[in-house]
Amino acid sequence: MRHLPVWVWAGYALTLVLAPLVFTSSHSQALLSQMGIAIIVCLSYNLLLGQGGMLSFGHAVYSGMGAFLAMHTLNWVSGGLALPVSLIPLVGGLAGLVLALPLGWVSTKKSGMPFAMITFGMGELVWAMVLMFPGFFGGEAGLSGNRVAGSPLLGITFGPQIELYYLIAAYALVSTALMYAFTRTPLGHMLNAVRDNPERVAFVGYNPQVVRYLAFVIAAFFAGISGGLAALNFEIVTAEVLSGTRSGLYLLFTFLGGTGFFFGPIIGAILMVLALVLLSGLTQAWLLYLGLAFIVMVMLAPGGVAALVVAHLRVAKAGYVRRLLPAYLALLATVLLALAGAAALLEMLYHLPLGAALGSELRLMGITLDTRTPGSWLGATAVMLIGLGLFESRRRPLVHAWAEVQQAMAQDTKRRELP
Amino acid sequence: MKPTHPSFALELKGLRKRLGKTDIINGIDLSVAARERIGIIGPNGAGKSTLFNLISGRLQPDSGRIWLNGGCIDGKKPHEISRLGLARSFQVSNIFPKLSVFENLRCAMLWSLGYKYTLLKFLAGLDDANDRVMALLEMLHLAQQRDTLAMHLSYAEQRGLEVGITIASGADVILLDEPTAGMSQSETHRFIPLIRQATEGKTLLMVEHDMSVVFDLADKIAVLVYGKLLAFDTPEAVRANAQVQEAYLGSVAAQAGFA
Repeated sequence: MRHLPVWVWAGYALTLVLAPLVFTSSHSQALLSQMGIAIIVCLSYNLLLGQGGMLSFGHAVYSGMGAFLAMHTLNWVSGGLALPVSLIPLVGGLAGLVLALPLGWVSTKKSGMPFAMITFGMGELVWAMVLMFPGFFGGEAGLSGNRVAGSPLLGITFGPQIELYYLIAAYALVSTALMYAFTRTPLGHMLNAVRDNPERVAFVGYNPQVVRYLAFVIAAFFAGISGGLAALNFEIVTAEVLSGTRSGLYLLFTFLGGTGFFFGPIIGAILMVLALVLLSGLTQAWLLYLGLAFIVMVMLAPGGVAALVVAHLRVAKAGYVRRLLPAYLALLATVLLALAGAAALLEMLYHLPLGAALGSELRLMGITLDTRTPGSWLGATAVMLIGLGLFESRRRPLVHAWAEVQQAMAQDTKRRELP
Repeated sequence: MKPTHPSFALELKGLRKRLGKTDIINGIDLSVAARERIGIIGPNGAGKSTLFNLISGRLQPDSGRIWLNGGCIDGKKPHEISRLGLARSFQVSNIFPKLSVFENLRCAMLWSLGYKYTLLKFLAGLDDANDRVMALLEMLHLAQQRDTLAMHLSYAEQRGLEVGITIASGADVILLDEPTAGMSQSETHRFIPLIRQATEGKTLLMVEHDMSVVFDLADKIAVLVYGKLLAFDTPEAVRANAQVQEAYLGSVAAQAGFA
């Protein structure tokens, strides 16, 4: 693994700084804030999944606990506690860390499937506690607070979204750098070794359980920070933040982004916010599309978006993009066709139970569909099937072209290595 | 029970292990002096790998004791035994597939260099580790492949890396479980000098099927048959041992040109 070059970090920092100046609407600033929060939590999740081979179904427990404790702290600050609001996310981080000390110890006793099962159980356990302790978790209504609390530092109250955004961006940048640094330390290195082969790790002097445990606690700390930032951002924390659904989202989008590369989860985090906010605004059936996208990615590109990006950057660097372009354009057309058919079907299916109240007609992409006429169903199915058929026929030329390009690249490398 | 003499690098007394209904190791006593090279031979199922698993902590003995450099190690976990200076290789390559060759070797020496679970140092700054890995790569003839992922190495290269991971920690007692398993004749012959060099000045126990290798490399030979030590002596004495010839060696030695 080589170092990420300095310009990558500079670009990352610059993007974080400039993004709200480019996207100035309050809606996009809210989106950017959520992306910063998601970046931290997805990266922390990937310390477990990508770096440590630990498939956790309960990571939201730690981000959620961070959010709840941060909200309590915020209310204490409103009540007179002398703590700068900007440090509250750290309280969230500590909450995640402290909770992970016992829960992580139990979870990391095992690896693989038992680990996954235990984290799932822990998630259910904490979820059940929400209703048992309404005093701490605020019951079904959750907890709320006002982030304009305490005495402002340098005139920064965190009242305006832009001020909070820059706090989130600062935390995101520092957290990203720290988690990246972690992968370059002896402990981070051994975490990769434990992922690859825990048995052999034991025979070179390390206790694989301890390695997993330390990584788990560190991941929980960063998850807690993201929870604390979310508490400040939304000014409300409900039980949903530590639910199994939330843990599942972390898993899903970290995977979509790509677990094999350090920056993969950053892509995943951005996709997560886009899906949760934009896609859900576009269609009510958004979860169906999400599930579909997940299945397609697992089957066709298990390395996630990051692996696709890296593979294509290599091709571009070697100067072979033009060989692939025709095949890609042809494939894209078939994908759009299949997607149009699938979308029409999904939307009609979703519209079916609503038909009684809203009528049987719906408009999609400028076409009026009617759930009562077989023509709409048949048409949509036909479009989808034709699209899928064409996709399959166009996929093979692409695979072929891809293999050719890879071969050509391998030959280039060989030629360079020869004296 | 006490060790016979604390100067022994490794000592086994009354070691037994039963797996299922079979006594795999059926009462073994063995004393290995420091810097001795022991070849362990025996037919398939004699318990050679199980013996290594017991010594290295992968399996727990049912009874009997094991001392390493005078300290008792039976009942200890593999990582504890490793920290006391015993390293082992595996019959089936047991490497870190998604790490580079360089990283494989570095992982294997971090603990012994005292870095433990540290978070506060960067790997790139660990000059002692990185220099030692480079030297080890040269010795293993893997310097060209330093950045190759271990899973992309050829079979023989993986066997080399397997031994490299074992010796990387600088342990003074080394167990090699069929290091040349699956290698061709010519690969084996290139590999043996490497093993000799890598284990210079160390205590070595090596399971090996290639008789010419064993008789060439070992100071003493232990013959294991059905979980018992049939003979433990110099190569000449073992070769002359009528019991050994009858039980095992005769046919194999004849093939290897010793008859």
